[in-house]
Amino acid sequence: MTDTPLLEIDTAERVFGGGRTLFGKSLPAVHAVQGISFDVRRGETLGIVGESGCGKSTLARLIVGLDTPTSGAITFDGMDLVAEARRDPQKLAQRVQYVFQDPVASLNPRKTIRTILEAPLKHLLGLDRGAREKRLRELMEAVNLAPEFLERYPHEFSGGQAQRIGIARALAADPELIVLDEPVSALDVSVQAQVLNILDDLKKTFGLTYVFISHDLSVIESVSDRVAVLYFGRLAELGASERIFSAPRHPYTHLLLKSAPVPGKRSLIPEDANTELPDPYDPPQGCAFFARCPRGTDRCKSEQPPLEAAPGHPGHMAACHHPVEENEDA
Amino acid sequence: MSEAVSTAAKGRARGAGRPGPIRLLLNNTLAASGLVLLVLIIAAALLAPLLPLPDPDATAPADRLLRPLTEGHLLGTDALGRDILSRLVWGTRVSLAVGISATLIAAFFGSLIGLVAGYAGGRVDAFLMRGIDMVMAFPYILLALAIVAALGPGLLNALYAIAVVNIPFFARNIRGITIGLSRREFVDAARLSGKSNAGILFGEILPNVLPVIIITMSTTIGWMILETAGLSFLGLGAQPPQADLGSMLGEGRKILFTAPHVSIIPGLMIFALVMSINLLGDGVRDVLDPRLKSGALTRPVARTAVERRTVPETRTHGDSVLEVADLNTEFHIGGDVYRAVGGIDLHLKQGECLGIVGESGSGKSVTAMSLMGLVPTPPGRITGGAAWLDGEDLFAVSDERIRALRGADVSHVFQDPLSTLHPLFTIGDQLTEAIMAHRPIRRSEADARAEELLRLVRITNPAERLKVYPHELSGGMRQRVCIAMALANDAKIIIADEPTTALDVTVQAQILSLMDTLRRESNAAILFITHDFGVVSAVCDRVAVMYAGRIVETGTTEEVLNAPAHPYTRKLIDCVPVLGEPGRRLDAIEGRPPVVNDLPPGCAFAARCPRVKPDCRRGHIALSSLGDTQAVRCLYPLTGETADD
Ligand SMILES: Nc1ncnc2c1ncn2[C@@H]1O[C@H](COP(=O)(O)OP(=O)(O)OP(=O)(O)O)[C@@H](O)[C@H]1O
Ligand code: SF4
Ligand code: SF4
Ligand SMILES: [Mg+2]
Repeated sequence: MTDTPLLEIDTAERVFGGGRTLFGKSLPAVHAVQGISFDVRRGETLGIVGESGCGKSTLARLIVGLDTPTSGAITFDGMDLVAEARRDPQKLAQRVQYVFQDPVASLNPRKTIRTILEAPLKHLLGLDRGAREKRLRELMEAVNLAPEFLERYPHEFSGGQAQRIGIARALAADPELIVLDEPVSALDVSVQAQVLNILDDLKKTFGLTYVFISHDLSVIESVSDRVAVLYFGRLAELGASERIFSAPRHPYTHLLLKSAPVPGKRSLIPEDANTELPDPYDPPQGCAFFARCPRGTDRCKSEQPPLEAAPGHPGHMAACHHPVEENEDA
Repeated sequence: MSEAVSTAAKGRARGAGRPGPIRLLLNNTLAASGLVLLVLIIAAALLAPLLPLPDPDATAPADRLLRPLTEGHLLGTDALGRDILSRLVWGTRVSLAVGISATLIAAFFGSLIGLVAGYAGGRVDAFLMRGIDMVMAFPYILLALAIVAALGPGLLNALYAIAVVNIPFFARNIRGITIGLSRREFVDAARLSGKSNAGILFGEILPNVLPVIIITMSTTIGWMILETAGLSFLGLGAQPPQADLGSMLGEGRKILFTAPHVSIIPGLMIFALVMSINLLGDGVRDVLDPRLKSGALTRPVARTAVERRTVPETRTHGDSVLEVADLNTEFHIGGDVYRAVGGIDLHLKQGECLGIVGESGSGKSVTAMSLMGLVPTPPGRITGGAAWLDGEDLFAVSDERIRALRGADVSHVFQDPLSTLHPLFTIGDQLTEAIMAHRPIRRSEADARAEELLRLVRITNPAERLKVYPHELSGGMRQRVCIAMALANDAKIIIADEPTTALDVTVQAQILSLMDTLRRESNAAILFITHDFGVVSAVCDRVAVMYAGRIVETGTTEEVLNAPAHPYTRKLIDCVPVLGEPGRRLDAIEGRPPVVNDLPPGCAFAARCPRVKPDCRRGHIALSSLGDTQAVRCLYPLTGETADD
């Protein structure tokens, strides 16, 4: 792993809806992603964790160019990713790929696995027949599937096998960065481990960089070098994985860790059930976590907390006015 | 490699178990008779030039209006002495040709518009669909008349008119489906594979839309033939002397009372043709419609069929509210028998929470649904065992008794709260209805009880919340309402099937602690189905691990988690990442569980087990006790010394 950023996201924002009707009435807008900035270094796995609706998938689609940010910049290896996605999507797709959450829905039910895997080889790499055949075998080998599977249709596969095909497709064009959007959430626990192990091996073999999105803290902890915690479309905390899980600074990260069920842990400490989640159409002016936060003050209510580094740990950032310090018990 | 084998086995099973589309179609008597009739009609129409028929247009004034069955004219003659049989066959040929061509034209242009509008969206969509709306704004037949009036009468112009008025029907149908498909993940995947928009539209989406186009065609072609006949009947279609069914009917109209056969015969032909096409079309639709593919075309009955081959007699756990002994539930699909549950024993005391853990398809849900007869029949049936609720055998009681128990003594909480809550009724209405269905109390009392229930599940401001609709609540709150409903009638047993799987961790923690408190307060027993050992730790006293329809290990939560004895339990615990232990390489279980229609003899886990020995694959393995509470179904269980291999 080196320190040169492969991907840089600078105050990216994506707003859905909005605008005005014919009569000048303004339409409701949702800020799915707001003022998010971070880097992904070459060769690392950046984990992104957060609850449903916090903007994880929107962010993922921005990174692979399937969606365009409303404002902000995304730079991939020194080039403007947003402009490239518009000008030459094929060229971008050669370098940045995506693995989908629902393995079965991401495979066209009426195509054989061969046709599905050949598409990127044909359209992105322009390989001829012989070269394609060779590459197909390599790919099936890489994700540990028998070559006979090439002639089958997606419905004949289990979730785990389908997800391995999804991974093979992402690998096909030999990309540098792969965005994995909840790649194991739809899978059975025993199969989840198979897929996580394969992803780990592939990363080493092909020198890949991963952006790994999940709502499952234990999965994120086991795969990530660094972790970004998202809350309500914003970055709540960002830092090295050990730091996030051993010395979290943001009260929301604390809440997540406290809520996660762990085998052998007899009781969970739930937060007060009456807290209100923020309304995406009417976001609070200050910290979005205020209504649920045990540490909130008047300042939090009126003033958006900026992302600031922890003392002594420049890479560990949290967006909180009153972060939890290491020696205290949240 | 082992995976390749197991899928092959599965493929074979599927081929044998589910009848092919043609057989399904022929099993449907109406569709099959439609098909036979249609084939006969089409054969006659196609063979018209070869059949020994007189010239359909040759007039013979001397022989006019002969009755059917006269010598030389099987169906008689018309007002100009032309042979009706010959005109009928040739006329059917024309009507069929026009109907089919009009359908093809309408399907082609309509589908193309629908595909482009649905895929492009935005302005293109708005422009195309406004055009379609304009066509649809005119009454159907008026528009056809206007087109023919503009182009002049004639068969070809009638064909165009019919095609044009049917384009909107195809366009709207296909557009709707295309919009749905365009948002699917495989379309994004194709884009990232470098495919162009045209490539995606015609290479990815069209193949998925094609069955719908065919269904729509098969259900509209009959109408198009009818419409062509209508135009010809009005004299705007086929021009004399050419025969088509509509013009024959029109010519016979004036002499309906003197020579009824001249109009009745083409009328019957139109009827037979349209009827056979529609019957066949409906049959085709039923076969291609995936919702009907899964099983027989019959509707499931309200309670699972019970056909017990064995009925255990004695209860062994006298103090339990629920005891299940040797439960067997099977699915009969085609010629295959899927033993989804193959001999389950369970018992639950008051206020106790038993967890059932296992992989997808291991039979957890079927076990739970069998208890109250909620497994759909067909294809499911309970083939053995007993379930005693306070000493009453649930598989032996009457349907009324089961209905009275459902939602009262035994209640369910499912993974998706929206499958329990009706979207169009308020929370309050649904709660009071659940209460009043089981006890004779007044509405105002039920309202008060509903409010109390919401307070019980810690929903703030319950009086106001009673007035809201399910969609106005968050996922966690909806699940709390479902739990309130399960508590509405002082349930003795709550069956919770993955109640928190769809929820966020923070909400999950709330629901779990809520359920834990409630069972202590109300003393209800909980059967808690999950796949997550973390969740088990948080709420369950005891746990049963299922594999391929059987319990392979059971014991207190501590025993099973700390000292699992079955190799499968051990693997299942080790293959999940655990918070706080990031460095560990996950111990994946290679391969997949066996398919339950083809279970191996002996241990079902043998193919994936690291400890397997030859005798594991022979004969039945019983659940044997290890201490007071723990039991394991394994010949070589892990004991203390070997537990870490
Ligand atoms: N309606 C049905 N028709 C046919 N087979 C069925 C039906 N319902 C369940 N089965 C089969 O019964 C077996 C057990 O299924 P069940 O739903 O109990 O699994 P489960 O353990 O609850 O899995 P999951 O974790 O996915 O909910 C499976 O092989 C399944 O395919
Ligand atoms: S800024 Fe204030 S309200 Fe927000 S998380 Fe920090 S302490 Fe809590
Ligand atoms: S019986 Fe044999 S194959 Fe089955 S789990 Fe035990 S050791 Fe493994
Ligand atoms: Mg289930």
